[in-house]
Amino acid sequence: MTADTRALYQEVILDHNRKPRNYGVLDHASHHAEGLNPLCGDHIDVALAMAGDRVEAIAFHGESCAICKASASMMTMAVKGKRRDDAQALAREFVDMACGRLDVKDAQHIGRLAVFSGISELPMRVKCAILPWHTLQAAFNAVATTSTEADDDPMHAPMGDA
Amino acid sequence: MTAVQPAIGPQTSATTQPFDVERIRADFPILELRVGGRPLVYLDNAASSQMPRPVIDRLLRYQTSEHANIHRAVHFLSEAATTAYEGARAKLRRFINAREEREVILTSGTTEGINLVMHGWGRKFISAGDEIILTVLEHHSNIVPWQMLAAEKGATIRVVPIDDAGELRVDAYEALFNERTRFVALGHVSNALGTVNPVRQMIEFAHARGVAVLVDGAQAAPHMAVDVQALDCDFYAFSGHKMCGPTGIGVLYGRAALLEQMQPFKGGGDMIHTVSFEGTTYNTIPHKFEAGTPPIAAAIGLGAAVDYLSVVGLPAIAAHEHDLLRNATEQLGALPGVRIIGSARDKAAVLSFVVQGIHPHDVGTLLNQEGVAVRTGHHCAQPLMKRLGVAATSRASFAFYNTHAEVDALVAGIRSVQKVFS
Repeated sequence: MTADTRALYQEVILDHNRKPRNYGVLDHASHHAEGLNPLCGDHIDVALAMAGDRVEAIAFHGESCAICKASASMMTMAVKGKRRDDAQALAREFVDMACGRLDVKDAQHIGRLAVFSGISELPMRVKCAILPWHTLQAAFNAVATTSTEADDDPMHAPMGDA
Repeated sequence: MTAVQPAIGPQTSATTQPFDVERIRADFPILELRVGGRPLVYLDNAASSQMPRPVIDRLLRYQTSEHANIHRAVHFLSEAATTAYEGARAKLRRFINAREEREVILTSGTTEGINLVMHGWGRKFISAGDEIILTVLEHHSNIVPWQMLAAEKGATIRVVPIDDAGELRVDAYEALFNERTRFVALGHVSNALGTVNPVRQMIEFAHARGVAVLVDGAQAAPHMAVDVQALDCDFYAFSGHKMCGPTGIGVLYGRAALLEQMQPFKGGGDMIHTVSFEGTTYNTIPHKFEAGTPPIAAAIGLGAAVDYLSVVGLPAIAAHEHDLLRNATEQLGALPGVRIIGSARDKAAVLSFVVQGIHPHDVGTLLNQEGVAVRTGHHCAQPLMKRLGVAATSRASFAFYNTHAEVDALVAGIRSVQKVFS
């Protein structure tokens, strides 16, 4: 295994894949979106319960690879309790890091999510990591369905397709 | 002018002698690559195959000493290019045993061939209420054009189901026929499962009811001898890049009588007889369907590729690939936590599988670290994935230059993936 991949498939990611946190559906969601990755057919559903501009509760479920599931799981932990502006700033930073536009050393909010920095070295997998964040933004913006292929989405990462 | 040399001369290592995979591999420069410090194990041949030296050399020779536009000028190079291009058509006719060269249309690939039939035949002869039969095994490229046609004309798509082994339910196929059935489009070999369909029998049934049949041969042409007369199909489409040729070139075989009745697919130069603003008359087949300057080099390269395959021998290719498939099926079948998807009695060299608890994308990324290239995903066959109840699979697909040691590398790779996730 190369260093990049070893760095990616490390224990914290494998653990979140095995035991995803905040996995399931929310009874009283105020915001919700489904994210699709047509490259592999993966989809995840992100639901939010907002209290004012604060994320009171968040949950996700769906069918996805380990990278996507761990990213979603760690996203829910990072976002829960945050104000919407802060959550969206984190989402932008995560996507910039995953796409290789932001060096992890220069990140302000990334924290433990730095374990995903190696994904930028695997361009075919970047979409897997950013799908949950993409879907989170769509939920905030009340867009019911988003896709990693949505050209009008500011988080679109141009990438090879199936 | 200089004669166009056959692509395969005595210098090539491909022979009709007993199958010597190492000598064949020596013809493929890319197989010497190392990926992440390990030898490349290329098992994604159903997506695209690699190119042997005689084909690469033929492309180079064309580009360095024969290139000009074809069917145009009277100068030396134009004549050389035209002769080589039409020579490729002649080789391709022999390769699939078409009756005449004018039944061999050069396309950009299987997708274009199917779209050509949809536009040229379908839009002329399909009308509201008509039914088109497809199968659940089809690649998206043999589904979507027919859905577009059905939407435009108000026609209906009927779908042949499979059993749990991944074999077409021929009884259900026969039961789909009625007085509104107009067309059948079916794959010869499933790209996702490797199932070889009983196309000859299915064509015979359709013809007995006056229904024309298109066969998507993209996954068959590289692996078995295709005889369009023996199959008695009306159309047969395949791609160059899956059979050691270049990308951007493919073949649509069509029965001459049908091609004559069809409207052109694309308008432009080369497909016309005369043009005036009062009216235009079309060229004869196959040129009626080859508007614009074609990928000349790619066509000539594909001619060289079928020469190469013919010298190695399709029966020898099929035999070696079946050996690889049997070995891989046995070894993967014995791995705990690995489930093979598709157990048809007659399969081409495709092995789809899922590893319990591990998403195919993770399998693919981690196998890549071992130098092993497989395809992961839905294989452009989403209706089939839905039928099988899986979101995606990993797929190893073999070519005649693969070895049993590479099957071992795949098995070792899967074990190491399982170890990462254990």
